[in-house]
Parts: sequence; structure tokens; C-alpha cells
Amino acid sequence: MSILQPEEKAPARVAEAVLLLVALALGMGGMWMVGYSLEDGLPEGFWTYSIVLAALAFTIHIVLRLRAPYADQVILPAVVLLNSVSMAMILRQDLDGINGANASRHLMWTSLGIVVAVVVLFVIRDHRSLRRLTYTAMVVGIVLVVLPLIPGLGREINGARIWIYVGSFSLQPAEFAKIAFAVFFAGYLVANRDTLALAGRKFLGLQLPRLRDLGPILIVWAVSLAVLIGEKDLGTSLLFFGLFVGMLYLATDRVGWIVIGLVMFAGGAVVAWSIFSHVQLRVNIWLDALNPDLITGPSFQLVQGLFAMAYGGMFGAGWGGGYPEYVPFAFSDFIYASLGEELGLTGLLAILLIYLVIVQRGLRHAVGVRDGFGKLLAGGLAFVMALQLFVVVGGITRLIPLTGLTLPFMAQGGSSLLANWIVIALMLRISDAARRPSALPTRGALAEPVPAAVANGGAIEVGGPGAGPVQAGTEAGAGRNATPDDATQIVRGVDL
Amino acid sequence: MNATLRRLSTVVMVMFLALMVSTTWIQFVAADSLNDHPRNVRGTYSALSRDRGPIVVKGGEAIATSVPVEDNYKYQRTYSDGDAGAAAIYAPLTGYYSVVGTISGMERYANSYLAGEDDSLWLDRLQNLITGEEAQGSSVELTIDPKVQKAAWDALGDYTGAAVAIDPKTGAILAMVSKPSYDPNPLASHDSEAARVAAEEVINDKPRVNSVGGEERFSPYGPTINRTINATFPPGSTFKLLTAAAAIEYDGKTPDTEIPAPNTYTLPGTSTDVANFGGIPCAGSQQMTLLEALEISCNTAFLNLADEVGKDGMQRMFQDFGFTDSIEVPMTTSVGAYPGLIGGENDDDSDARIALSGIGQGSVRMTPLQVAMISAAIANDGDLMEPYLIQSVRDSDLELVSQTKPSRYKSPFSSSTADGLTKMMEAVVNSGSGKGAQIPGVAVAGKTGTAQDEPRSPSLWFTSFAPADDPQVAVAVVLENEGQSTNETTGGALASPIAKQIMQAAISK
Repeated sequence: MSILQPEEKAPARVAEAVLLLVALALGMGGMWMVGYSLEDGLPEGFWTYSIVLAALAFTIHIVLRLRAPYADQVILPAVVLLNSVSMAMILRQDLDGINGANASRHLMWTSLGIVVAVVVLFVIRDHRSLRRLTYTAMVVGIVLVVLPLIPGLGREINGARIWIYVGSFSLQPAEFAKIAFAVFFAGYLVANRDTLALAGRKFLGLQLPRLRDLGPILIVWAVSLAVLIGEKDLGTSLLFFGLFVGMLYLATDRVGWIVIGLVMFAGGAVVAWSIFSHVQLRVNIWLDALNPDLITGPSFQLVQGLFAMAYGGMFGAGWGGGYPEYVPFAFSDFIYASLGEELGLTGLLAILLIYLVIVQRGLRHAVGVRDGFGKLLAGGLAFVMALQLFVVVGGITRLIPLTGLTLPFMAQGGSSLLANWIVIALMLRISDAARRPSALPTRGALAEPVPAAVANGGAIEVGGPGAGPVQAGTEAGAGRNATPDDATQIVRGVDL
Repeated sequence: MNATLRRLSTVVMVMFLALMVSTTWIQFVAADSLNDHPRNVRGTYSALSRDRGPIVVKGGEAIATSVPVEDNYKYQRTYSDGDAGAAAIYAPLTGYYSVVGTISGMERYANSYLAGEDDSLWLDRLQNLITGEEAQGSSVELTIDPKVQKAAWDALGDYTGAAVAIDPKTGAILAMVSKPSYDPNPLASHDSEAARVAAEEVINDKPRVNSVGGEERFSPYGPTINRTINATFPPGSTFKLLTAAAAIEYDGKTPDTEIPAPNTYTLPGTSTDVANFGGIPCAGSQQMTLLEALEISCNTAFLNLADEVGKDGMQRMFQDFGFTDSIEVPMTTSVGAYPGLIGGENDDDSDARIALSGIGQGSVRMTPLQVAMISAAIANDGDLMEPYLIQSVRDSDLELVSQTKPSRYKSPFSSSTADGLTKMMEAVVNSGSGKGAQIPGVAVAGKTGTAQDEPRSPSLWFTSFAPADDPQVAVAVVLENEGQSTNETTGGALASPIAKQIMQAAISK
């Protein structure tokens, strides 16, 4: 696809292969120990799980060598590690006969997730092609969010209406909506960032945006509130709104947007709290989980999760040594607590660090990639993963009220696995673009063909080819707003 | 946008840091209080659902095992394979492991080994951490010899009382029987209500004992009390061994020293006269040797002797035996009582009480184990070995974790004093009050005791060791309030044959 055929010298991705072996070994070791702890022998299906996981991991590794040879070499092993460790945990709970834990189903969805990731890597050869889908993505995202509210399709489970049922399959559309929204925000913001960044009045040292520019943020705010109220899902609502505010800040460098966003969300949350009893209950559980009146009912799950983690202590009870049967949904919503119980604080900190590595690599490639749309998309996807982790783990560890989100790659559940593997595929695709050696001294992609779709899409081209000079011009014009960092970046871009 | 991306990455760092802090808070800082939370069933289940190691006696017979079951506790603690009769024999040793929270006996005091938590098992725990295997408890092998234990159990019959046998050369406890006993199996039931009912039943069951006037009297000790170490009785005439030891050790007396043996003795500072058992004079001349006085257990001679030794000497000998200290065998033993030592300000240690203590009456109280320790010290040339029950601990792979090395506990007197006392105790069995303990072909040394315990009937004692020339076993037997103040129900008549059977079982290896 490149004129200079850089694939000829493309990296062999040896580091990734070695790290994949390490990741798979850890997962297999987990399953092995689970078997010996619970059944005094290799667990049933050990080789099936191991071989399928290894085959899938190396399939995507080979696909990357062919289709995205410059892609990040750490992200995939990190994700495979998380996914195979969760395989061991769900197998462990399955062996223990915990109602709902289903290792073969988890393997199936993992396989499907990886297959979809492979497809994404094949089909989307250049992430910029997604930009023409900006408004399609918006519609898709809103439809996905609204789906569970449709009578007959959505169903309320455990107090949250975030599921849809099609035949015997259930889906959590919000997981996919976050990708659609990330694409929409990236496309929308890269086109409108100048308007959003520069117009407006100054108030108390904050550059406030113009009222008419508030339209999209009002829409997203409304969607978030609809989710919060209609679906009783604080987590997803927080996720969407946080994603939007974060990306808005990325695009505009305006703290004012963050302040407005936070104030609006806080206002909405306070109103929701004062109106809805289920929101009040959530807050009470969060603040006073060990209250004897709550502990047997509403806060039972949260407190059992705390007990599980406390029992794990520093080093954990070891694979198979915990009591996941006492924690409701120990295999999905509360898998973090189950992992804490058996792997201890050490294990959880390691898992958090692996997530941190994935997120930071994602942000790093956002810095590295040359087009504005790619920057925003990569930054948004990385940030939404961090945000999701914060909402899930923060909820379980009582940092924030508990919500219904799932731990990416670890919780049992098809939607979450599928959606997050797509996120990873996109991250890898963008990282390939970010790390691909540029043939020309200027930032931008004269070495690569301009995607025809962009011109057809009708969006104002800012972040695509030629983004450097335009950016330089506007920011120079803005004068005061151009931070030295940005200026340096521009110069460096030109010098490349 | 790169600047904002970098700032966002800082925000992400802060978010992760917050998660790490909150996770650390739960798993490290607040972990203890969460683990102790009354609503947290994990602690209970994890402690109770361990594969506890077995308790085995000499020869390998397991008297307590963990049997896998299909419930939350995973393992059912079972005593003597659920055989109620056999389990009762060992109940004072094993204790019971109840899911309602009460744990006693070896289950409690050797819990760190049985549960696999002891520091000495760190290597096993590290292995478990790596292999992910469930922690298994270690097996605890007792010094108890099932042959001696059963002999003691059978010999005690239906009496309320206790018997303990120790190897005087090592301190190893060979038998430890307490009657009435109980079946620990129902107390370990996983049905917590059933376990509670069963426990209440045996804990509140105080056996009825004989009384002087015939009215209803009950023992202060229920079946769950190990009478050998946690019940104290007036030692009666067995205490004359200690009085004699003090007289020989401190006052230079010998078995052949002539001592006064009046027909009645007036307690110093009082007008109370004390006569001999049954009012019979000890000697026409009112003088006899120390050996003769012990042989027929002459009360007036020992009242006078204790007065002669004096408060300081008597107290010193009592303390030199370590009787005012508790021992961990590993169960914690009760301490003995002697005038002026542990009773505080109200403890009367006047000369009259000291004189009375010479025959083991007044406020002297001892456990059967302590009485056996007197014999053991004499048997072992004045070196009292520390009594112990745990022979060795083996981990789940049967590898030796620890083994008890016998250690000297006290040296209350010299070996020449021990020789003199041995000679006197042999006379007791050969021609004195303890003829019931004679074993054909074996020299036995012993001492009887019939201790008043009003308003209850007297308790009957016998303590001894054998063979006298090469001691292998030291014994104490107490029959709680089984005396009737007649010649047929003295320690010599009822307790010495029981001691004989225990010694025979121990010697005939």
C-alpha cells in the first residue's frame, strides 16, 4: 500500500511472539493450578482451552505481521494475558459449579472476539477510512444506546436495563456504542475543533464556548442522562459522557469544556439522585456499605466482594483457594474481586499495571500518529478503556458508586469481549500507522494515497493530509492559545 | 493535540493510581477488620474447612481425622472413626473441633500444626503458594501409648476420677484418662444447632459424687474437663512424699531417722487435735523411723514433720517442683495450691496450715499430673522431666517437621534424696498401705492417699513408679470422692490396683 514498500524491512515481531508465549504460559499455568487445586489433576478441557487460545493468539500475530507489521508489539500480548488469566478464573468457577460461570462459552466469545479483530484488521487497512463514517457512527451509537429501551427487545436485569435479547442471544449494546461514539467524536471534533476551541468569551479566566457550539455536547449529555434515567445505568452514562469530555479536551485544549461537562454531569447526577430512589440507594450503598440494614440486601454483593478481596490479602488464597460462590456474579461483574481473592493484592496490582500499559501505549500511539482523526480516535479509545476500568474497579473498591460495567477482556460476557477486541484491533491499526516509517520529511502522508472517501465524505479536511501546515497556521493565528508544546510539535513535524 | 494527549495520559495515571490505592486499602489496610467482620463467613469457613491433619497415637492409630464431605466445611472432623466408645477414651486428649466456635484439647493447642499454619511449616506453605494446592494440615503424633491408655480406661471402670502415666526418664505422657468422658463426635457436627445442643449437654453435665452426709453433691468438673491437668484435688497422703523430700533434702533426715509419731497431734497455735486414720496409734513408743511413718502413712508423724521443716522449706519444695506454674503439654495445665503461695492475702499460711499441709490436707490442692510428677522426679533421681504429649509433627508428605526433645523441667532434690524416697516407697508397696500395687517379679514404689474433701467424701489416691530399680513409668490415679472413710475404700484398697494395671501395661512392652 505504500509506494516505498516499507514491508520489505518490516519488523519480524519477534518480541510480540515471545511475549505472547509468556502470556499464554501464565494463563495455562493458572488453568493447570486450578485443576490441581480443585480436582487433583489437569482440568477437563485444559488442552482444548490452551490450544485454542494459543492458536488464536498466533493467528492474530501472523495477521499483524502481514497486515500491520509496524503495529505495537506489547498491546496484543498484554490483552492475551488478561484474556487467558480470566479464562483460568472462569474455568475455576465453572469447575466449582458456580451458576452462570461457563468456561466453554467464555472461550467461544474470546475466539469470536479475536476473529472479529482479525476481520477488522483485514477490512480497515487505514483508520482514516473510518472518518467518512462519522455521522453514521453517531446514528449507530444512539440507536445502540436506545435499543434496550424498546419494549420487547430490552430487558431489565438486576435493576439495569442494558441488555437486549435476540432469540437466545443477549447483548449489551452499550459496549459497541462506545466504539461508535469514539469514531463519531473523533470525526466531529477534528472537523470542528477550531470553532470549538477559539470562539467564545472569556469568563473568570476560562474561555467559554459559544452557545450555538454547545449543540453536540447537549446531545451527548441528553443521551447520557437518558441512559442514566431510562436504563438506570450510571456506569455507561459516565462512560459516554467522560469519553466525550475527554475527547473534547483533547481536541480543543480548553479546560472550560471540562468544567462545563463536569458541572452538567454533576447537575444531572444530583437531579437524578434527588428524584430516583434507585440512585439514592446506590449512593447509600457506596457510602455506607457495611450498614447492618444494607448488608443483607442491597449492599450484599459489594460487601461480599470486599470480603473476598480482604480474604485474598497481600498474596491471595491461591488458584482455587477462594470462595467465589459467596459473591454474586463473581465471573462477570465481580471478577475483579474473585481475582483479588485468589491472586491477592500482588495479582491485582499486576493486572492494573497491564491495563495501564495497554492504555498508555494507546495514548502513546495517539501522539505518534500523524493525522488529527487518528490522534483523537486512538486517544479516545485508550481513554474510554481507562475510564471503563476506573468505573468498574472504582465501583468494586468503593471509590465511586457501583455500576454495571464489566472488566474488559476478563469478565465473562460476549458483548464486552467482542467490543473490546474491536477496540484493540483499532488501536493496533492506528499504532501501525503511527510507527510506520515515513518516507517524507513532513508530517502528513504524501507517501500514502489520500483516501478518496474523505473527499466524498464532505467533511472539512483538517486532520488528514496537510494537517500540519493548517494546524500551524491556525494555532499561530490564535497566538496565545498555542502552547510551546504544540509549537514544538509542529516544528518537529515539519523537520521530520 | 499532543500536549493534551500527554496531559490526558497524566490524568489516566492518576486514575490508575487511585484504583491501586483503593485496592491496596481493601486488601492490606482494611483487610483485617473486613476479615473479622461478623458478617464475613469466609474466616469461619476457611478455618473450619481445612484438611486438618490427623492426631495419631503411638503406633499410628488415628484418633482424630478429617473426612471429606459435600458441604461448606468440606471436611468433617471425626474421632476414632466415629466410634463413640473409642472416641471417649481419647476425648481428654483430642478435645473437640466445633463449628459453633468452641475448640478444645489438642485440636485447640496444636491447632497451628493441625491447620498447617505453624511457622515451622513455612516451606510447605510456600510450596502451596506456588503449586496452588490447598494447604493441608500436619499430623500430630502423641506420646500416648494406646495399650497403656486402654488399660487405664478399663481399670478406672465406672469411677469418677483420672489416671495419668508418664515416662519418668523423658516426661512423655503415656496415658491420660479422665472419667466421666464424652464422645466428641456429636460436638463436631456440621449442624450447628445439633453441635450446640450436644456441647451444652456435656458441658453442663456435672457428675454426682459421694458425700459425707449422704446429701446430693456434684463434682465441679464436667466430662469435658480433663481431670488429669485441669482439675485439682487435695492430694492427701501422697503429699507426704513431698514433706519427706523436704525433710531429707533440707533437714538432713534419712529414712532411718527416728521421728515423733504421737497418738494425737495438736495443730500449732490451736487446740485442734488431729488423730491418725481410724484413731489407731502409729507406734506404741510414739516414735518411729521416717520409713516406717511413710510405710503405714502415719498422719501425726507427718504433721509434726511439716511443722519441723517449716513454712519456708515446704513452700520452697512445692515451688521447686514447679507446681505453682502452668505447663503447656501443650494444653495449659492448672496450677496447684499451697498455703501462702498463690492464694493472695486471704491465703492462711499460719503454722497450723503448714502442719496440716504435711499430710496433703488443708488448702493444698494438686492436679493428678502434678502428683504423678512427684513420683516421676523420685524415679528419675531428682530430675523432673517436662511432661509433654506431642512426640512429633509430620507434614502432609509425612516429612518430619518437628520432634520433641525431652528436657529437664526442675530438679527439686538430689539423687540421694531420691534414693531414700524410693526405698521408702518400695516399703509402702511391699509391706505398707499400698500392697494392692504389687506386681510379681517387679519392684514397685508407691504411695497411697485418702484425702478428705468435705462435705464430699474423701478422694482416693495412688501414685507410684516401676520398676523401682529402672523406672519406666510413673503413675497417679485419683478416684474423686469415692471413699467412704472405711478401710475397704482407701486409696490403698481401691486406687492401688488400678495403678498396678496401668504400670503392668506400660512395662510389658
